[in-house]
Amino acid sequence: MSLTLSQQLYDELRAHGEETYPHECCGILLGKSDAENLAVHQLLRAGNTRTDSAHNRYNIAPQELIAAQREGRKSGLDIVGFYHSHPDHPAQWSPTDFAEAHWLGCAYIITAIEKGHAQITNSFLLTGTTEEDKAFANQPITIE
Amino acid sequence: MEIHIPTPLRAYTDKQETVSVEGATVAEGLASLVAAHPAMQQHLFTTEGKLRSFVNVYLNDDDVRYLPAKEDSPVASTDELTIIPSIAGGTLCRCCSC
Repeated sequence: MSLTLSQQLYDELRAHGEETYPHECCGILLGKSDAENLAVHQLLRAGNTRTDSAHNRYNIAPQELIAAQREGRKSGLDIVGFYHSHPDHPAQWSPTDFAEAHWLGCAYIITAIEKGHAQITNSFLLTGTTEEDKAFANQPITIE
Repeated sequence: MEIHIPTPLRAYTDKQETVSVEGATVAEGLASLVAAHPAMQQHLFTTEGKLRSFVNVYLNDDDVRYLPAKEDSPVASTDELTIIPSIAGGTLCRCCSC
């Protein structure tokens, strides 16, 4: 399943990571998904509640997720994934990312920010049906 | 009451975003949800019957874990429950803080 988003949204999520550097940024992806494609229609920036360790951890408050879900309901969109940045680390999921990933079927976009500049952006689809068989799969990004 | 279902769990509620259930408390509402959609059991609860640690349940705008009566909190038919899995991560290594 590929991930599709506009150049504008792609640029926005990467810019967010540059703005919050050296801290991690995070946000919510609203869109639509079917069996073959996950289309992002809107980004919602989220605050990183991990102010104690914002350079290497992120957490989105449940209240922000609920607000995003409500906004999605109004516009006919769903939460289809999330994005965050890895300051001075590769755009690969970490053991922490995996352990704390619970949105099966959703996309997790990671942008590497090196010295304040966005580098590689990758997306990973959380596959599986339970906590026991979940796995991250590389997910191609299509920019339209 | 109505229970709002997050995207990953709609596969177990016949793709319904919102499920209407009966119940006088949060726990009863969740039990009704599981009774109607049994596959939700393993996604919401541990084998000991406790809510999984990463599953947040909100009664309107309040985290049920922080309500005085927690899951025994009373609910009205106009109340809304929202199930929302947590989202977190980062580069910090969980094993050695490297």
